[in-house]
Amino acid sequence: MARKISMKDAINEAIDQEMRRDPTVIVMGEDIVGGTGSPGETDAWGGVLGVTKGLFAKHGDRLMDTPLSESAYIGAAIGAATCGLRPIAELMFVDFMGVCLDQIYNQAAKFRYMFGGKAETPVVIRAMCGAGFRAAAQHSQMLTPIFTHIPGLKVVCPSNAYDCKGLLIQSIRDNDPVIFLEHKNLYGHESEVPEESYAIPFGEANIVRDGKHATIVTYGQTVHRSVDAANALAKEAIECEVIDLRTLSPVDMDTVIESVEKTGRLICVDEANPRCSIASDISATVAQEAFGALKAPIRMVTAPHTPVPFSPALEDIYVPTANAIAEAVRKTVGGTRKAA
Amino acid sequence: MPDPSIKPLVMPKWGLSMKEGTLSAWHVEEGQTIVPGQEIMDVETDKIANVVEAADGGLLRRRVGEIGQVYPVKALLGILAPEDVSDAEIDAFVSAFEVPAAGDDDEDEGPAYQFAETASGRLRYAERPGEGDPIVFIHGFGGDLNNWMFNIDGVAAAGPVYALDLLGHGGSAKAIANPGLDALADAVEQFLQAVGLKGVHLVGHSMGGATASAVALRGRDLVKSLTLIGSTGLGEEINSSYIDGFVAAESRRDLRPVLKYLFANEDLVSRQMVDDLLKFKRLDGVSETLRGLASSMFRNGKQKRLLVQKLQASTLPIQIVWGAEDAVIPAAHAKALPKAKVEIIDAVGHMAMMEAAGRVNELIRAHVAN
Repeated sequence: MARKISMKDAINEAIDQEMRRDPTVIVMGEDIVGGTGSPGETDAWGGVLGVTKGLFAKHGDRLMDTPLSESAYIGAAIGAATCGLRPIAELMFVDFMGVCLDQIYNQAAKFRYMFGGKAETPVVIRAMCGAGFRAAAQHSQMLTPIFTHIPGLKVVCPSNAYDCKGLLIQSIRDNDPVIFLEHKNLYGHESEVPEESYAIPFGEANIVRDGKHATIVTYGQTVHRSVDAANALAKEAIECEVIDLRTLSPVDMDTVIESVEKTGRLICVDEANPRCSIASDISATVAQEAFGALKAPIRMVTAPHTPVPFSPALEDIYVPTANAIAEAVRKTVGGTRKAA
Repeated sequence: MPDPSIKPLVMPKWGLSMKEGTLSAWHVEEGQTIVPGQEIMDVETDKIANVVEAADGGLLRRRVGEIGQVYPVKALLGILAPEDVSDAEIDAFVSAFEVPAAGDDDEDEGPAYQFAETASGRLRYAERPGEGDPIVFIHGFGGDLNNWMFNIDGVAAAGPVYALDLLGHGGSAKAIANPGLDALADAVEQFLQAVGLKGVHLVGHSMGGATASAVALRGRDLVKSLTLIGSTGLGEEINSSYIDGFVAAESRRDLRPVLKYLFANEDLVSRQMVDDLLKFKRLDGVSETLRGLASSMFRNGKQKRLLVQKLQASTLPIQIVWGAEDAVIPAAHAKALPKAKVEIIDAVGHMAMMEAAGRVNELIRAHVAN
């Protein structure tokens, strides 16, 4: 039976249900258990934004507070994964991933390949990503392209509570390392989520809205802005198909290409910086695979090639807005529709 | 007080989740006299598009709803009134009309989900109060009670209406200890007892038809009549591409072509319908349950439980309804029971109660009245 819950609660529920289902699931991270500094106080914080709150009371020492050393505990989680556990490591902000990148891209991502398929690394590394939270340049990056670039990692970035629960359960059950990126601006976003457990397979994009004039491909927070843009454009008789990639690695190019073959126009919206981004990757693949279907040049709407500004006024226009997305669609559609 | 001879045509409510619909076409002109059951307009929701049939008859004085516009459920779309009602009175009716707020729990708002605790597990159902013998709808393999979205209100004049999610389906408990027809029938019988229903008219679709038959054949005064729509249990053949494809499908890409077997008009398979079914299929335990039911009842493209002889021997009034274009179970099975009243509907597929809702509702009302 479905009810409306927030993305934050969906994450907590997914972890709770998988811990109940599978005794090898453990959780590691900074302040995920601990109190406000008082000795003996537990379960007071549940991580920096309280996502894991309440899990210690249910699952006890299968949740572990770690020292403030990402390279140590991410390495420990990866090691534990190769030895039969299914650790979920919470890394607060994706921006800190640099501290432990060797463990991720040179170790976890390589084990299956280098040990001839004999080693599996079923670890999930959860982290908050994205701008719009007034958290400044070192706590606001997307960084999704960095992980998508690395073979051997699976990369997930959900846009809503329903997908978040199903994709996190799939991540935990998956036998490969998964980078699970949660947009902090979406933690309060609510949608209908079944009480039961369910897994959404990787590599299936979600078509959020049907349309025949242009295809908007995006993921994460900008899914909502793209839908807002599409709704505004519908009043101008421009019908956009909005595709939420949900997983960036593997990525569902079939759904994107099928849609572009129908609409003939592609707008890639990405909150990450523009160079070597998800937007540029999708654009290049469509240009290579479906050039003949295109009626207009592909357009990208991304953050600028700068760090995330701390100034609220600047941060608000840093992330692609619904207006910017709508304007890009208008430019793509303009002048080509009559010919079509 | 508005003139009681003025009757509003409103946006219908199809299924519990419908909040609004788009008026996509009018089939009647102002000044035309319409009769109950006549196709008057097309409405499209995010889940499905269908034709709306008139519940009331009369002279169509005003088309209020504009084509292409989105209206909330119960919004005013047209006015029926006799010739002697003045235009001014109709104007006054239109301007005074208020759309009932969504979520109001009055009886007119249609059914709301409820749950019955049974020995088989928790069963979800919807109830539409009314006077007379209860009518109970039972959906088919992989379906849920929203398969009856066009029927629950459509037969409500004939009696209180119940629609339940079979064990393993919809919002009911997913695990079935011994998946098969008997387990499904046990759960339905327990449901009737839990809700306190006796002497019911069972309406079953596909696997729900065999389930309804199995319950009825147990006697015990539970069932007064049967309406079987595209039912299993009446012949051997069943389209294994549908059953196996439905069970195996793990993605939108796999599932969509399979669902096209269900309808004569393939356009009825909307993206939302595919997504909703995937959401159901992805719940833990559902795959196992569907596999269990399929292998118990439909292995190798053959139905294993036939109820023809027992149904023929029973004293129950039985009506069989089939879509002539049914691609899942051949319409020839409709003639398996010599004693039954048979209706085969042209240009309609397996989901006859959706594709020919008005006709099916009429048949159910008539069967229940006899």
